Amino acid sequence: MEEILKVDNINVYYGAIHAIKGISFHVNQGEVVTLIGANGAGKSTTLQTISGLLRSRTGSIEFCGENISNTPSHKIVEKGLAQVPEGRRIFLQMSVQENLEMGAYTQPGAGIDTDLERVFQQFPRLKERRRQIAGTLSGGEQQMLAMGRALMSHPKLLMLDEPSMGLAPILVEQIFEIIRQLHKDGTTILLVEQNAQMALSVADRAYVMETGKITLSGTGAELAASDQVKKAYLGG
Amino acid sequence: MEFLSYLISGISLGSVYAIIALGYTMVYGIAKMLNFAHGDVIMVGGYISLLSMTSLGLPWWLAVILAMVVCTVLGVVIEGLAYKPLRAAPSLAVLITAIGVSYFLQNAALLLWGASPKAYTPIIAGSVKLFEGQLSISYVSMLTVFMCIVIMIALTLFTGKTRMGKAMRACSEDKSAAQLMGINVNRTISMTFAIGSALAAIAGVLLCSSYTSLMPTTGSMPGIKAFTAAVFGGIGSIPGALLGGVLLGIIESLAKAYISTQLANSIVFAVLIITLLVRPAGLLGKYVPEKV
Repeated sequence: MEEILKVDNINVYYGAIHAIKGISFHVNQGEVVTLIGANGAGKSTTLQTISGLLRSRTGSIEFCGENISNTPSHKIVEKGLAQVPEGRRIFLQMSVQENLEMGAYTQPGAGIDTDLERVFQQFPRLKERRRQIAGTLSGGEQQMLAMGRALMSHPKLLMLDEPSMGLAPILVEQIFEIIRQLHKDGTTILLVEQNAQMALSVADRAYVMETGKITLSGTGAELAASDQVKKAYLGG
Repeated sequence: MEFLSYLISGISLGSVYAIIALGYTMVYGIAKMLNFAHGDVIMVGGYISLLSMTSLGLPWWLAVILAMVVCTVLGVVIEGLAYKPLRAAPSLAVLITAIGVSYFLQNAALLLWGASPKAYTPIIAGSVKLFEGQLSISYVSMLTVFMCIVIMIALTLFTGKTRMGKAMRACSEDKSAAQLMGINVNRTISMTFAIGSALAAIAGVLLCSSYTSLMPTTGSMPGIKAFTAAVFGGIGSIPGALLGGVLLGIIESLAKAYISTQLANSIVFAVLIITLLVRPAGLLGKYVPEKV
């Protein structure tokens, strides 16, 4: 299998705080890989470093065989790496459709209408609300908008940061159903989650992060069955 | 009739404030900084247009275009040299830098063009007389109001319909999220300074055409008043800048006519303070509560 993302020995600091302590992992083409771990383990920091919003002091990040550790964020998106950030971060004062258009910022203008239709097919709720101001959407709808917005850029790799955060259980189910569907359609996904059970249920492979380090890795099923993971993250 | 004439001159003055306020408000909306050097860019626009008409003998419209080009370049250079290195710095550092740039421009103008006021020939002379000559409206006044309306419409269309304009709105809401969309935030900020400075050049020409004199400090007071207008209307809001500018112009003109010329400025700023006490976000400003 072809490696699409390869993170090799990155160290990230917030001032004096050593947030990521030399982690390495990879994502293969077509896989769903999840990073699970408690709050503060460094999962979001890892995604922000891959997206270029933060920088590693060491090592390298390769995307599709190219070193992107020093590439500016906006160029990384152009290369096909999209992120749905933690807390969704949609543009609250812009309409649903404008948010989606911003997702397509790196795309040539001609294909945007087709892409809009494709996203509306995936998320019919967004179509109903396309003219509405995004700030008026419910939490679940905002998450769908954030995912739809990222899909507008035709990502080769989609990174999702805590998509289930703050959502009611039924909406969490819906979001993970969408992740399964995207996986089936061939989208490569790197998923960061605190909801370990849900994350492991969709993941081909998983890494467990604790205080800035990767402490365990394996297939989704292996980790779901591991005593250590059960005890720490799955409630016994 | 007298009232009408003061009202019209207020609207015209207010239109200049509005054009300047648009520059303040756009830069604030996107870069989240108060560019106190904005007023001095107006003054530079005034000098460039004056010198191109007098020394180079260019026609007025070419002089205006040249002033716009010079101010645009100046705005982008100021942003790149003085503000961009401070992107991660505390906002107080940026504010102090902006005040520094303002003094730099005033003193550079003092060196280059001297301290004495220069006479500025209005780009369009003459006026329309109405009601058997009782009411006279200068062409410059009419042009000012007209330009203000055209600029408003153009900016509204630009930010609402174009890809670059929407990217600006995205940056003004959330810079990291905008970066994750592939938007080049630095280029967007430069673009905002370019537009704001081009507008400052137009404002400079219109301002000097109605006051017919120009010196290195010409831009300061209108700059501060336009900033007031932007805050009054709701900083960050384009229609707010228009409303704030025009209202401020009318208040100033009527206060000068009916209350006291000396007190006019105090009245203008008192209105600002009262408005902000009642509506802290300004007339059209959006108070966006933090969503938890």
